[in-house]
Amino acid sequence: MSAALLIDVILWGSVIAVGFIAWQKGPAVLTSSLREGTFDFIGIVPRIALGVVGSGYIAAVIPQEIITGWLGPNSGWLGVATAVVAGAATPGGPVVGFSIGAVALKAGGGPPQVLAYVIAWALFAFQRLLIWEIPFMPARFVWFRAAVSMPFPFLAAAIAMAIGKP
Amino acid sequence: MQDQPIKAPADDAAEGEPRRKRRKPIGWSMISIAVLVAVSAVLVYRRDGIDGVLDILMHDVTLFGGILPRVLAGCLLGAFIAEILPHDKVSRSLGPASGLKGLLIGTAFGAILPGGPFTAYPVASALLTVGADFGATIAMVVSWTLIGYGRAVAWELPIMGTDFTLWRIVISLPLPILAGALGRFVYVRMYPRGDDE
Repeated sequence: MSAALLIDVILWGSVIAVGFIAWQKGPAVLTSSLREGTFDFIGIVPRIALGVVGSGYIAAVIPQEIITGWLGPNSGWLGVATAVVAGAATPGGPVVGFSIGAVALKAGGGPPQVLAYVIAWALFAFQRLLIWEIPFMPARFVWFRAAVSMPFPFLAAAIAMAIGKP
Repeated sequence: MQDQPIKAPADDAAEGEPRRKRRKPIGWSMISIAVLVAVSAVLVYRRDGIDGVLDILMHDVTLFGGILPRVLAGCLLGAFIAEILPHDKVSRSLGPASGLKGLLIGTAFGAILPGGPFTAYPVASALLTVGADFGATIAMVVSWTLIGYGRAVAWELPIMGTDFTLWRIVISLPLPILAGALGRFVYVRMYPRGDDE
């Protein structure tokens, strides 16, 4: 809770700081960026509403044990590959992805596989691409970034196997 | 593949004012999410009845209410940054010719950026608008996802434990730079003239 409050303070502090810089460049700069930001906000709210309010239902119907079963300790590179697919397919907010990762670790999942799962989910969870990235950014950039990110869960798993951590 | 026409990030150098992209209110991505949500809600209803549906609805509406002010903060942050950052300086330090330094700046910026997706994506979009290239922006977004402290402190540390989280971050440290470099490498070969479409 206090971490969330701290993040809110830093977030609004940054808004005020850049707002102050804009105001110093002239009141017109301040008002035009306030208007631009507000229009962005109004345009994005319906999309976020659908995504956030709806993602609970999607997460509720995904059977978590199927995902965790894929990440066994002896699953090797095949396990890493399934972990990447599972990470991309995992819906819902931060709680869902990390919880599945934690359950997989407790259930005896291999750390490199779980690492690949968490990193793939962080980099290109499909639902997050649709709900968060596409509304805010050019679609071309979003797909390009996701495609370029594809090798990195594998690289992270390889590093984890090489150094024997986590 | 695309549901909207996209302006090239750097095609407005001749104008004084950075041009912001226009969005269509409804695209195929929203329709597919809506269908997915509807199907899932029906499945939850058949399994848990109306109580199950209402439980999830209450929980998610509360979550949404909590996120809303942060979405506003993110949009304002993005708009201010697009307005106050000097176009020529951003092009120089984060543009296609910014080299490793541009990728490092993007990575550092992503790592210190406060907030969640509601901040990172509007700000990344603003950077593209004022002259950053795909490589530096990829480094920023990937850095925010993998080594940014927001999600790690709020969610990963309590759920995954300290040991896993710290090693995960250490192993992730080089990834934003590598992703940005790969992005730049691919981009100049996909769009050799430096513009889109």
